[in-house]
Amino acid sequence: MTQKMHIKLTVNGEDREFLAEPRELLIYALRETLNITGPHVGCETSHCGACTITLNGKSVKSCTMFVAQANGAEITTIEGLGSPDSLHVLQEAFKEHHGLQCGFCTPGMITRASKLLEENPTPTEEEVRFGMAGNICRCTGYQNIVKSILAAANELNASKEAAQ
Amino acid sequence: MNDMTPDRETRSANLKGLGCSRKRVEDARFTQGKGNYVDDIKLPGMLHGDFVRSPYAHARVVSINKDAALALPGVVAVLTAEDLAPLNLHWMPTLAGDKQMVLADGKVLFQGQEVAFVVAKDRYVAADAVELVEVEYEELPVIVDPFEALKTDVVLREDLAGQTHGAHGPRKHHNHIFTWEQGDETTTNQVLENADVVAEETMYYHRTHPCPLETCGSVASMDKVNGKLTLWGTFQAPHVVRTVASLLSGIEEHNIRVVSPDIGGGFGNKVGVYPGYVCSIVASIVTGVPVKWVEDRMENLMSTAFARDYWMTGKIAATKEGKITGLHCHVTADHGGFDACADPTKFPAGFMNICTGSYDIPVAYLAVDGVYTNKAPGGVSYRCSFRVTEAVYFIERMIEVLAIELNMDAAELRRINFIKKEQFPYQSALGWEYDSGDYHTAWDKALKAVDYEGLRREQAERVEAFKRGETRTLMGIGLSFFTEIVGAGPVKNCDILGMGMFDSCEIRIHPTGSAIARLGTISQGQGHATTFAQILASEIGLSADSITIEEGDTDTAPYGLGTYGSRSTPVAGAATAMAGRKIRAKAQMIAAYLLEVHDDDVEWDIDRFVVKGAPERFKTMKEIAYAAYNQAIPGIEPGLEAVSYYDPPNMTYPFGAYVCVMDIDVDTGVPEIRRFYALDDCGTRINPMIIEGQIHGGLTEALAVALGQEIAYDDLGNVKTGTLMDFFLPTAWEVPNYETDFTVTPSPHHPIGAKGVGESPHVGGVPCFSNAVQDAFRAFGNRHTNMPHDHWRIWQTANRLGLHD
Ligand code: FES
Ligand code: FES
Repeated sequence: MTQKMHIKLTVNGEDREFLAEPRELLIYALRETLNITGPHVGCETSHCGACTITLNGKSVKSCTMFVAQANGAEITTIEGLGSPDSLHVLQEAFKEHHGLQCGFCTPGMITRASKLLEENPTPTEEEVRFGMAGNICRCTGYQNIVKSILAAANELNASKEAAQ
Repeated sequence: MNDMTPDRETRSANLKGLGCSRKRVEDARFTQGKGNYVDDIKLPGMLHGDFVRSPYAHARVVSINKDAALALPGVVAVLTAEDLAPLNLHWMPTLAGDKQMVLADGKVLFQGQEVAFVVAKDRYVAADAVELVEVEYEELPVIVDPFEALKTDVVLREDLAGQTHGAHGPRKHHNHIFTWEQGDETTTNQVLENADVVAEETMYYHRTHPCPLETCGSVASMDKVNGKLTLWGTFQAPHVVRTVASLLSGIEEHNIRVVSPDIGGGFGNKVGVYPGYVCSIVASIVTGVPVKWVEDRMENLMSTAFARDYWMTGKIAATKEGKITGLHCHVTADHGGFDACADPTKFPAGFMNICTGSYDIPVAYLAVDGVYTNKAPGGVSYRCSFRVTEAVYFIERMIEVLAIELNMDAAELRRINFIKKEQFPYQSALGWEYDSGDYHTAWDKALKAVDYEGLRREQAERVEAFKRGETRTLMGIGLSFFTEIVGAGPVKNCDILGMGMFDSCEIRIHPTGSAIARLGTISQGQGHATTFAQILASEIGLSADSITIEEGDTDTAPYGLGTYGSRSTPVAGAATAMAGRKIRAKAQMIAAYLLEVHDDDVEWDIDRFVVKGAPERFKTMKEIAYAAYNQAIPGIEPGLEAVSYYDPPNMTYPFGAYVCVMDIDVDTGVPEIRRFYALDDCGTRINPMIIEGQIHGGLTEALAVALGQEIAYDDLGNVKTGTLMDFFLPTAWEVPNYETDFTVTPSPHHPIGAKGVGESPHVGGVPCFSNAVQDAFRAFGNRHTNMPHDHWRIWQTANRLGLHD
C-alpha cells in the first residue's frame, strides 16, 4: 500500500481536507470519503457520464481522474447546484418535462447541462444533443432530457432579460 | 357547505387520478442527487467483496492458492467453492430448473465465471488481493456455437453426465437442455406441403445485454446478536430473493429482510440471483460484519444476465392472395454454461409461442431446443415480457420475407391477415387467448399519419435516382405491428420457483384522510410512486398527492413477485384497484351509518358517498376516514385498511403500430433516422406523460439492439464487447425525436382496463428499425440480413448487393 497523501478540495463551496492514497479515483474519494453520493459510477471508463462533476470550471468525469490530480481543485457536484428550498432551474426543468426515470444518470446529466448552458446559453437542439453526448441515459431516450435543457435555457435567458 | 362544494369536474381533477399527466413524486430526490442506490449504502465496519474470475471460457481448475492474498494487510477472507461446499452453497438453483456454480467447482464454463470471492477492508485492497489469488487452470476445448455443441463429444456439464432428463423433459445430447414444443406439427407440415406459397428464412437474434446504467450489487448484514440477515440489493423481485435466500441458507424466512433501495434501471438484468449476492451473504455470516459487493461494468456485461441468442428458422405458408395459412418455427437457443433463463417455470422458452403475432394464423408449430455452450448464463427478458422480443422479431421478419415472396406490399399483407376486432377474445394456434384488440384501426391510423403511400412513392423515386447515379442514399421504410403478452400471470400456469405469479397491495388510510399503500413490486424508473397513487386516487377518492406508495422492503410490503415483463400495472395495479375497492366497500357502510341511511341508499361519487336522490347529503372519503378511527360504529371494526392479492384471470395483450423512415448512406453504411412514428395501445392510460417517456426509452433501447448492440465472443470464448467502448449504448447525438400516438382498447378482464406499456416500444421497435434497414435494400434483392445493423454490416450488405460497383 502506498503512503497516503494530504488532499485539499473545495467541494460545493466547502473546504475539505483528508488523507487518500494517490491512486484512489476522485469519484471514490467524493462518494466514500466525503459521502457525496450524488455522482454515480456507471462504467469507470469515461463513457457514461454518471460521475460528471464540475472541476475548476470544466465538466469532468470523476471516474477517470485520480484524487491526487484534483488536489487543490474547486469542485461542484449535483449537491451544490440547488437546495431543497430553491432548486436549480435545470432541476425544476427535469421534473417538469419528465427528463428522468430511474434517476441514476440524472446527477451527471444535470451537472453537465449546467456547464453546457454556461458555455452556450442559447443552444440549438443539435448543440444540446452534441454537448450532452458524453452522458448516457438508458431510460429516457433523451427526448425529454433535451426538452428539459432547452426549457431551462429559455427560462435562464428570460430571467436574465428581466433583470436587465 | 353545499355552495362551497366544488363542481364534479374540479373534484375529479383534484384527485390527480387516472389519465392525469401527474408530475413524478420521485424526481425531487433524484434531481438533487439524493437517491439511495445500493452502492450509496455505507454501514459501520462494512467490508468489500470482489471476484477472482476465470480468464478462460472452458477450463479445469487445478488448484487455487490464496496464501499471498490472505497475507495482504486488510484482506479478511478468500472464499472458494471448497469453503462453500460444507454449507451446500457452492451451487445454487437457477430460475430455469437448472443449477449454477456460485464459485467454480472443479471447472469453469464461461469467461468471467466467478472462481473465488475476496473480502477486504476496502474496494482497493480487495482488487489488489484478487490479483494475488493464484489459480492454475487446464484449458479445455471451447464451444461457442450451439450447433457444434449438439454434435461434439466435449461434455460441458459433467455434473449432469448420464442425466437423460432435465427439468423440461428429455435431453437428446449431453449439451442439450430441453426441447419445448407447442402447437400441431402434423397439420402444420401438411399445410406447408400443400400451400400456394411458402417463405422460409433463418435468422439469428444476436446475444445482447440489458446493461442498466447502474450495475448489480448487494450489501449483506448478518446481525449475529438477533439472528437477523438484512440484504440490500439490485433486486427486481425482492420477495423471491428472500425466499431463495432462506431456502439456500437455512435461515428462517422471518429472519431475513430483503430491501431493494432505488434501482438504477433494470430491464431484466436484475431479475436473477447472482453469485455475488450469495457470496456477500456468506461473507457476512462468516465475518459477522456487513459485506458489500458491486460489480463493475465489465463484470456486468460478461457475467450477469445476457438476453436473446436465438437462432430461429421459420416457414410461413400463404395463398397466392397473401392469406397466411400456417407457420412453423424452430429455435436453437444458446443458454450458455448454465440454464439461468428467467422465465415462469412451465415456459422454458418464455412466451415464444406468441410468435403468431397479430395475425389470424389457423395452424402453427413451434419447437425450441435449449443448448449449453461456453458463454455466460442468463437469458432474461431485456425490456420485454419473456422472449416476446424474439417472437415478435421473428414474425415481423417472416411477414416481410413473405411479402417479398408474394411481391406484395408489406403493409397490405399485414392488413389482410390481422385478427379482426370481432374475433376477440381470440384463441391463437399456439395456445393463448388474446384479450382485446383493434388492429385495423391502429394500422390505418398509423399509415395515414405518416402518409404511407407518399413515402412509398418517394422511396421508388429515390431508387430510380440512385440507379441514375444522382444519389448515394437509399430510403428504408420500416413497418412493424406487434402484440405483446404481459402481466404474468395467472397462478394456474405461471410461477417462479413454485411461487405463483400473483401480486399484491396493502392500503392503510390514516385518520386525517391520507394513505400509504405498499406493493409487492419495485420500481426501477417506471414511476410507481406516482402512477399507483393515481390508480388508488380514482378508486378511493383521496388525492394522489395524499397517498404514499412504498415498495421493495420485504419486512413491510406484502408478498409479490416483483417488476419485470410489464407485470406491475397488469397485476399489482389490479391488486391496487381491488384493495381500493375493499376500502370503498367498508367506507360505504361507515358513510351510511353517519348519514343514518341504509348501506344501499348511498352511492359513490368521485370522492364521497352521497345519499341517493339527495346529493346535498354526503360524506367525503376524508370524513369517513376520520370516523373510522374516532367513533365506535356498531357492527364495524375500527380502522380503514385493506389488502388484496390479485391472481389475474389472463395475461394482457398490448399492441401497437410503428413506422420508421430511414436514409442510408450506401458508401458509409450510416443510417439516418428521419422519422419514427409509434402508436401504442396499452388499454386504459394511467399517466400519459409517463407512458410517453417509457416509449421514448424503449424505442431507444430498440434502436441500440437493432443497430449495433451485441455481446460478441471469439472462437476461444473471449468476450469481445466487455466495455462501453465496444458495447453500443446510443447517446443523445444518435437518437432521433419520436412521434407518439395512441388508441385505447381496454383490457376486458383488468379492473381498470390497463395493459402495461414499458416494454412494448422495445418489442415493436427492434423489428421496426431492422425492417427499415432491410427494406432500403429490398429493391436490390435483399431478403434478410441479421442484426445488429451497425455501419460495417450495412456497408457489407450494400457491397454484397453490388451497390459499390
Ligand atoms: S462512471 Fe465515469 S464516465 Fe461512467
Ligand atoms: S434515467 Fe435511468 S439512466 Fe437516465
